[in-house]
Amino acid sequence: MESVLGRYRNLIILVGVLFLQVLGLAMQVKKSGVDIEKTRLIRIWAVDAVTPFERMLVWVQTSSGNLWHNYFYLRGVRAENRQLKEQIEQMRLQQVRLADDAAQARRLQTLLAFKEQFISRTVAAQVIGSSGSDLSRIIYIDKGENSGIRRDMAVMTADGIVGKVLLVYPSVAQVLLINDQSSGVGALLEKTRLQGVLRGTSNGEVVLERVMSDEQVSVSEPVLTSGGDQIFPKGLPVGTVTKVANGRDLFLNIKIKPAADLSKLEEVLVLVEKQERETPTEDAVRMRASDILAQRLPSVPDKPATDAAGAASSHTGAGAPVAQPKTAVKQPAVTGAKPQGLAGAAKPVATVKPAVTGTNAAGVPKPTKTSAGASETPITLLPDAQKSSDTTGTEATRSQPDASQANPPSAQPKPVTPAPDNPQPPADENKPQ
Amino acid sequence: MPITYTSGEQVEVYRFGIPVTIGVPLLALFLQAFVPLRYPRFAVYIDLPLLVTIFFAMARRNPISGLLTGAVIGLAQDMLGHNPIGIYGIAKTVVGYGASSLGVKLDVENAGARLLVTLGFYFVHAAVYFTVARGMVNMTQTWSWSSGLLAGLANAFLGVILYFVLDKFKQRT
Repeated sequence: MESVLGRYRNLIILVGVLFLQVLGLAMQVKKSGVDIEKTRLIRIWAVDAVTPFERMLVWVQTSSGNLWHNYFYLRGVRAENRQLKEQIEQMRLQQVRLADDAAQARRLQTLLAFKEQFISRTVAAQVIGSSGSDLSRIIYIDKGENSGIRRDMAVMTADGIVGKVLLVYPSVAQVLLINDQSSGVGALLEKTRLQGVLRGTSNGEVVLERVMSDEQVSVSEPVLTSGGDQIFPKGLPVGTVTKVANGRDLFLNIKIKPAADLSKLEEVLVLVEKQERETPTEDAVRMRASDILAQRLPSVPDKPATDAAGAASSHTGAGAPVAQPKTAVKQPAVTGAKPQGLAGAAKPVATVKPAVTGTNAAGVPKPTKTSAGASETPITLLPDAQKSSDTTGTEATRSQPDASQANPPSAQPKPVTPAPDNPQPPADENKPQ
Repeated sequence: MPITYTSGEQVEVYRFGIPVTIGVPLLALFLQAFVPLRYPRFAVYIDLPLLVTIFFAMARRNPISGLLTGAVIGLAQDMLGHNPIGIYGIAKTVVGYGASSLGVKLDVENAGARLLVTLGFYFVHAAVYFTVARGMVNMTQTWSWSSGLLAGLANAFLGVILYFVLDKFKQRT
């Protein structure tokens, strides 16, 4: 027995080592696919062993290059040029987003509560390494958890998308490129708006899958992200169509040339924060319109209390007491900012004062939403004297719907809508009929 | 042809210092990960960790040492990628075992022998890798004979140069 073991010792050890590796491999590969996160602790050894050298070499390269370029060779121009390039990159990103916003607004203006994502914050990172294998198309960047980078964040350049963050270590992150065969990105064709799935192939090409073969796709048509993968915001450039052929299962085989040069990546942007915003709906537009209208309406200038009383007496100066309508005037109770027209008015007799949290940008108070979602309307009952003086065209106009309900038609003041540029309507016109 | 059959006693068995044993594979992994950033085709055609595995296995002429060296280098290479760990490990274990076993029986000290051995083991490595990747991991792999042959030759020629440099670190037992 011993002689057999001794004779085949090498072979037995070989089989043993291979068996252990096959076992380990089998444990990683499951029906649901490979979860790279489970082997993170093991991978970090190799990453920690290699990336410091890479980082150091990149640093030396960059430093020596910077030393030459920044101090010896066109010192000021280089710095300015870099700054301008960064600015251009940012502006190109912004331009892409704005162009897509405009197109989107035209198509979706009738939809309510439509949400879109936009880039809020990015982190610039330097590419310091790769997997070293053409069968695993990944890169390493010099920013990790410490810089706020998390898994599944989008990575791009100013030219287009690059990939997504696959694994994150404290100071390094692994990025899966879009031309890896395990990658998948929601994409759409810019002109035809046909949606598909962008995938990498084993030889490093990028193809757009799931586009039906009866669709018309033209070569050189731009491809954008569709946002369906919840990783890339909609509208980022992906690449252009280079070849269209009939594929299997009634789908087209569309080859894409990536917009970003994936083979020469040096610096990338990691999208660390994106926000959702709602496209303005009709309600929102109406609200804004009313705000704007309220802003444009003339306001009553501040008056001291005595003036107000004097004005009241002048209204009633004819001797015959005129029945003053009890006008319910809408007056938002404001915390922090008062509407101009009521700033110097006498204290109201009774005020139903809902909580208002502030004003909008134009100084117009925002109505507070109730739990049911409806806007609370602050109502103020003014004293008679004040009513006689302040029931101007302005107030009447503002409170017209409520006033018509609260008062008999005969007692209503004549509604006057002065021109926006005429803040104080003539006194005669304010007299109740 | 300079390949000659020799007995186990006739061939030289070498050993390496610890810095070389650790540093050279680490340097190979580092270069394999770094150079493709500047020269993207490097990763397609060159496999430096494979060349280092073959060199150490042939120089030590110990199958156990060879297969363990191959396993460690291969697993480290797997860790740098995102594919399951073990594909390169298995392939390089087989290559390490084969190269050291061959080193026991053949004199592979001259350039011609090294060229042929490296070319042969490149294809062995590719065959094992593709078998495991397709059979176990269900990865989609395509094989091109033209690019495979080109890569094999590129590795073989680079290997001859690399082995010549690494020969300087050999220590007689």
